[in-house]
Amino acid sequence: MTETLTFDAAVAVDVDVAEPVAARTRTAVEIHDGQHWVQVCELDELLPGRGVAVLLGAEQVALFRDPADGLHALDNRDPFSGAHVLSRGLLGSRGPVQVLVSPMLKQAFDLDTGRCLDEDTAPDGSSATLRRWPVRSRPSQALPDGVREP
Amino acid sequence: MTLRDLVLVGHGMVGQRFLEALFERPHDWRVTVLAEEPRPAYDRVHLTSWFSGTTAEELSLCPPSFAEENGIDLRLGDPAVAVDRAARTVTTRSGAVLGYDALVLATGSYPFVPPVPGHDAEGCHVYRTIEDLEAIRAGAERARVGAVVGGGLLGLEAAGALRAMGLETHVVEFAPRLMALQVDDGGGRVLRRAIEELGVVVHTGAGTQSIETGEDGAVRGMALSDGSSVEADLVVFSAGVRPRDQLARDCGLAVGERGGIVVDEQCRSSDPRISAIGECALAADGRVYGLVAPGYAMAEVAAAELTGAAGAFTGADTSTKLKLLGVDVASFGDAHGATPGALDVLYSDSRSGVYKKLVVHPDGRLLGGVLVGDAESFATLRPLAIGGAPLTVPAEQLILPASEGGAAGKLELPDDAVVCSCHNVSKGAIRAAVAEQGCASIPEVKKCTKAGTGCGSCLKLMGGIVSAELQAAGVEVAKGLCEHFAHTRSELYEIVRVKGITSFARLRDEHGTGLGCEICKPAVASILASLGNGHILDGEQGALQDTNDHHLANLQRNGSYSVVPRVPGGEITPQGLITIGEIARDFGLYTKITGGQRIDLFGARVDQLPAVWARLVDAGFESGHAYGKALRTVKSCVGETWCRFGVQDSVGLAIELELRYRGLRAPHKLKSAVSGCARECAEAQSKDFGVIATAEGWNLYVGGNGGMTPRHADLLAKDLDRDTLIRTIDRFLMFYIRTADRLERTAPWLDRLEGGLDHLRQVVLEDSLGIADELDQMMARHVETYQDEWAAVLADPQRLRRFVSFVNAPGTPDPTVRFVPERDQIRPARPDEDGHVLIGGTSLEVRSR
Ligand SMILES: Cc1cc2nc3c(=O)[nH]c(=O)nc-3n(C[C@H](O)[C@H](O)[C@H](O)COP(=O)(O)OP(=O)(O)OC[C@H]3O[C@@H](n4cnc5c(N)ncnc54)[C@H](O)[C@@H]3O)c2cc1C
Ligand code: SF4
Ligand code: FES
Repeated sequence: MTETLTFDAAVAVDVDVAEPVAARTRTAVEIHDGQHWVQVCELDELLPGRGVAVLLGAEQVALFRDPADGLHALDNRDPFSGAHVLSRGLLGSRGPVQVLVSPMLKQAFDLDTGRCLDEDTAPDGSSATLRRWPVRSRPSQALPDGVREP
Repeated sequence: MTLRDLVLVGHGMVGQRFLEALFERPHDWRVTVLAEEPRPAYDRVHLTSWFSGTTAEELSLCPPSFAEENGIDLRLGDPAVAVDRAARTVTTRSGAVLGYDALVLATGSYPFVPPVPGHDAEGCHVYRTIEDLEAIRAGAERARVGAVVGGGLLGLEAAGALRAMGLETHVVEFAPRLMALQVDDGGGRVLRRAIEELGVVVHTGAGTQSIETGEDGAVRGMALSDGSSVEADLVVFSAGVRPRDQLARDCGLAVGERGGIVVDEQCRSSDPRISAIGECALAADGRVYGLVAPGYAMAEVAAAELTGAAGAFTGADTSTKLKLLGVDVASFGDAHGATPGALDVLYSDSRSGVYKKLVVHPDGRLLGGVLVGDAESFATLRPLAIGGAPLTVPAEQLILPASEGGAAGKLELPDDAVVCSCHNVSKGAIRAAVAEQGCASIPEVKKCTKAGTGCGSCLKLMGGIVSAELQAAGVEVAKGLCEHFAHTRSELYEIVRVKGITSFARLRDEHGTGLGCEICKPAVASILASLGNGHILDGEQGALQDTNDHHLANLQRNGSYSVVPRVPGGEITPQGLITIGEIARDFGLYTKITGGQRIDLFGARVDQLPAVWARLVDAGFESGHAYGKALRTVKSCVGETWCRFGVQDSVGLAIELELRYRGLRAPHKLKSAVSGCARECAEAQSKDFGVIATAEGWNLYVGGNGGMTPRHADLLAKDLDRDTLIRTIDRFLMFYIRTADRLERTAPWLDRLEGGLDHLRQVVLEDSLGIADELDQMMARHVETYQDEWAAVLADPQRLRRFVSFVNAPGTPDPTVRFVPERDQIRPARPDEDGHVLIGGTSLEVRSR
């Protein structure tokens, strides 16, 4: 027997956010997907010390703004659990190294190199180093989602 | 003993420090304080944090009972207007005339406003007092563009505040660079770029020629000396300060050519009965100091002088380290290379916004330096520059980043290097405090040497010296929270409570190192939450929480979350059960009954959480805090109401307790239970606090635990009536929250507590520490301010923003969160299984056998 559940539309919660104050200069965040710079969000949407997940084509990128406003884009997949959750990890430091800590099993990754400081390989034998993407911020006017520059 | 009369004019930072220093010593003064401002002394250095939510009370430097305890006649809002030196009287604005044997002037400075046309128009502000900030905030609500005149330390702080309030912001600086006093050209450039990246428009080399006003007389913009103009409807002048020496001038005291009350090394003015300290004084070395540390040093000297001890203020180090708009800036010693023959060593990386310059003497001594973007090494370099000892490491290695072979961290300070410049304490003195006077912790060393009790910028360095010395002496060093804090959780709790700290950033700047980690960030967030600092997702606190607290749900192995509504006492109506069932069905969630008598719903994606909770909140449910280090549940048996054996209403009490303590943040989770008779069906003795009904009242057990290391709870008190029971639990919980370590449940805490159960009994039942009132008040505040975290999130678009799978595709569910059916419900798909994605909430086929 098959039963398909339906979604009750009345419960949808409006997650749209009021427009920021018009006078503010906007700053767009862009990630390079190998061919283009892709605008992914506004700097204001990023809370210093935290991350968000970005869908870059078929890939998931964890994008962070560090407390000094530096930007970092790394693989969102946690090599140890296989879950796409690294964007929800905490930023911090170990000695001089700025790190991202996985929310799953708390391994630390070097934000600047993607290298895991706790283990070299994941349980499945693959490398535990995270891929990194070039990321930058630029002044912008408006930000249509996912629009590419020529 | 006859008392002599001392009048202090000005209750600012330095005035307060003077009072503290005076009352630490035996003396015969009867003290009256005349204060112009409507409130007692507060922390002007951290004034800007008022904009980000630090309240005036939190900024206060003067505990409410301070004046009364010391018998001080503190007259707020009644400034001194005249001094009659012959009659030895001071007249106040309200007309009071006070005689004095000694008069201390600590009147500080006033902001200099250039006398350009329009400078007093509506919309023009200065930046010195809480009232100034209130006026700026009110003005900013109506304004669109703000301009700050002056690109120094205060000007940039003001600019940051305007930006944070959403104004387009300009900074106009007359000098060719920002912070001309502290940094050199190279540092100014890096700073400028960093600040422009934050959206602040910087104009250097431009003076303000006039303020333009509209027809209504309000500010519209300003004209600059370079011919350009800036449109602005709010202007903040921050073009330097001038000593407030009018009172002294009027009564004929000597003042400097460029202002400031002339004093000698003992801080006495030209009239030996009158002293002047702080920013209003022109010190014996011919300088007026605009920083708090030299003012504090003068306060100590004046207090010593007035109590017959000796002291001298011969000058002070004006090194500064600050964080401006998120950029570290520090300068120390001879930062501009004014010493003849001085040489520069430079490191500059404009990609990462780092600029460092060291000024060295040809003979190898460090003279001073400028650090922008990375000022980590300030605490080590400053004492070296001030002490003038030859460097043991080549200067270039001191400014390279550690990854490039930099060695600032490895530097050994000589014993005569001054570590704490506020109190002039050398490294040798700190080592001696440990080795010879037996101090075994930072607080003891502080007490003994005073080091670290001023601006606090030397605390990190001190921490390192103290633990090295302790280790050398073979003492086991108390373990700190993590590499970022040398303090235990309970020490940090005390610091936060006593200093009224409201942010991780401030706590870390003053007491820690580095950026924090997964251990200290959530621990500090929990301390801030325990001390009642608003919603746990707001402002900076939002960045500290681990993912469970951040998303107010429990992360599961495939990246989905579980949701637990509160079911107080485990009592739930049939309709409540149906509603939870319907919600779980509609969203396709897996359900399971928990050990805490409630229902756990698994498999929600992060973007579904608000919708799930909207339904739950609608049906009258609220957060169960299963994600937090907080009260989980108060289990109960049905008790007297139904059970043949019951002697009290255990369900009623359990509900009352759960509602009272819900949301209370603690070092670890808290569990509780109430049984209706001695048969103990609710297993109360395995809980952090458990209650068992007796014929006369209630027995209270504490420190029980199930789980990995089970512990039977101890009987704390017998046959309590309801009110006493609740008061006792209140105090027990607050005492635990205050003194436990990070992630320490009540069981190990009680085992570790010195004096054990007896001590605990004395504290909570007999108030042996005299803190019961405080504990009661804290719990009362918790109960009063409790709000459902989920309802508050749903009501606030800002907080809802984080609940999306992808920031650039908010409507798209995470395709990697996949499920397969099992026993008529869902479970996470394994990596080798295909699985289904629950699109838009639900459409997973279950029962596909
Ligand atoms: C926004 C801001 C940020 C700062 N940041 C730093 C920093 O990072 N580091 C640093 O070292 N310093 C900093 N300072 C400077 C520091 O605040 C001062 O050096 C310090 O407050 C000086 O203390 P004071 O007691 O001499 O003066 P104040 O704190 O100004 O106190 C003087 C008091 O006297 C009162 N008064 C004046 N005349 C009379 C009268 N006739 N009768 C009665 N009362 C009178 C005034 O109203 C005032 O309350 C900052 C200042 C500001 C405004
Ligand atoms: S503890 Fe006592 S009152 Fe409660 S259910 Fe068991 S027997 Fe009944
Ligand atoms: S340097 Fe300010 S307290 Fe030590």
